[in-house]
Amino acid sequence: MMPLLTVHGLSMRFGGVTALHQVDFTVQPGSITALIGPNGAGKTTVFNCVTGFYRASSGTIHLQDEYQQAEGIDLLALLGEPLQWSDLWQPHRLSQRLYYKMFGGPHLVNRVGVARTFQNIRLFNELTVMENLLVAQHNQVDSGLLSGLLSSRRFRAYEQAAVARASAWLRFFDLLPEANRLAGELPYGYQRRLEMARALCTQPRLLCLDEPAAGLNPNETKALSQLILTLRERFAITILLIEHDMGMVMDISDHLVVLEHGEVIARGKPEQIQQDPRVLAAYLGTQTAEKGGL
Amino acid sequence: MDIYIVGQQLVNGLVLGSTYGLIAVGYTMVYGIIGMINFAHGEIYMISAYLTAIFLALASYFGLQSVPVVLLLVLFATVFLTALYGWSVEQIAYRPLRHSNRLAPLISAIGISLILQNYIRISQGARNQGVPPVLDGVWRIPSSAIDQHFIQITYLQSLIVVTALASMALLTWIIHRTALGRACRATQQDRIMANLLGVDTDRIISVVFVMGAAMAAVAGMLVTLNYGSFDFYIGFLMGIKAFTAAVLGGIGSLPGAMLGGVVLGLAESFFAGFVNSDYKDVFAFSLLILFLIFRPSGFLGVPEVEKV
Repeated sequence: MMPLLTVHGLSMRFGGVTALHQVDFTVQPGSITALIGPNGAGKTTVFNCVTGFYRASSGTIHLQDEYQQAEGIDLLALLGEPLQWSDLWQPHRLSQRLYYKMFGGPHLVNRVGVARTFQNIRLFNELTVMENLLVAQHNQVDSGLLSGLLSSRRFRAYEQAAVARASAWLRFFDLLPEANRLAGELPYGYQRRLEMARALCTQPRLLCLDEPAAGLNPNETKALSQLILTLRERFAITILLIEHDMGMVMDISDHLVVLEHGEVIARGKPEQIQQDPRVLAAYLGTQTAEKGGL
Repeated sequence: MDIYIVGQQLVNGLVLGSTYGLIAVGYTMVYGIIGMINFAHGEIYMISAYLTAIFLALASYFGLQSVPVVLLLVLFATVFLTALYGWSVEQIAYRPLRHSNRLAPLISAIGISLILQNYIRISQGARNQGVPPVLDGVWRIPSSAIDQHFIQITYLQSLIVVTALASMALLTWIIHRTALGRACRATQQDRIMANLLGVDTDRIISVVFVMGAAMAAVAGMLVTLNYGSFDFYIGFLMGIKAFTAAVLGGIGSLPGAMLGGVVLGLAESFFAGFVNSDYKDVFAFSLLILFLIFRPSGFLGVPEVEKV
């Protein structure tokens, strides 16, 4: 099967620091793929590059498009790449680059179907729960000034559809009674779920969850695992996950990618990873790691 | 203290304050969304004064007689063209600097402000310009009064207050009741997150500049009709006054800008009426300094929280 997400040779440098070096991995459609590794390994940086939060220094990130064409969508191109001389005799490419340079950005990455949550929750605290979910559907509502002002039929129809979709996700996450509260005043666990609901409102094909279980107690973590499995089964959403809770990771993921010092040191099924000596070394810090055998 | 003088200064203050409020809205919205002071905003206001005069002249050239029709046409034309100026300023001077040092757009703002001033000076001349009175007439309360015992409200003054209130209400409605306004509020709170959720934040920023310029245009037209005279330099003082109003109300807060405008207008007008009218600007800026020292977040602003 064609992978949904293909990351190839991804590198990210901040000044002299190389946060990621030649990272390769794929995410199969319908899978739960977990990105693990010790602190500072570059997991969140991978997320930031995939979602367009950072502009990768080099490498490619492709998302399979809806028609399953061979190439897929070049996510980095959507962010706007620098022009090159060779574009001059490729007018199509030149116009495309110019377009993305002017109008491109992370919002286009989101619109092709990638959504994410943050490790430290980033809700719009001064908006209500419902409004948070409606903003996430901005692309699907009528955002015209006049139609909104006159409350045109089209505007109301789109708003109703958006509210219905938001309510459905609120019900799924058991947040419906909180719909009119300010997001900032919700308890922590609710905020985590709200952030997931908000990401889902953008109708993603790939949902990137950055440490969704951080700060949750074991019962809540178990419920979260169940939710993630349901998302995959019922809504056919592919999930890319960063998580430190190894129990949860081993339970729900089909495929693991292990990062250390910005490089992929292992990938495979959970059982394989558990046996992998390099992974054990990375986590437990035995001599092999110190000798730099990786 | 004469009750009529107090009443009169109250009226004058409200009129002045509502124009400050209209302009302050532009400062506060731009600050809220990209965290910079748009020092070219006063020039946008100045340009709207010239546009008002041009469209009034055009209206009389085409022989339009009916005052309400003329005023409405001039209002729409002025607001539209001024908004276009606001949009262009953002595209040319600020957008290319979006990801650079915080200071860069500030310098660029001062530059664009000088450019606009001199562009008007060269194209329109440095001399004072004027418009003929369009709407005459006054109300006197009480109407039977003799001597100095009355409060006088001109039709134009009441038009200013009513139009300002209506524009503010419209803007508040847009911000709180439309999908576009919802995206504006989200972008104001966390631009990057809004962008990651599929909101085209560059477009939202443009919209904010356009709305700010439109409000300044309403103020520019009303003040021009009221005073009848203007030059290429009026944007400077008015801009700084409106900025003061925005700080007083709490920069970044929309109701704060309106409140700050009215408070500043009233304070100035009472100072001019009862203390000394020569020093009213000094008084206004002293207020600014006092607020910056003792309450930098203004009436309605929340204390600054460093964003991550």
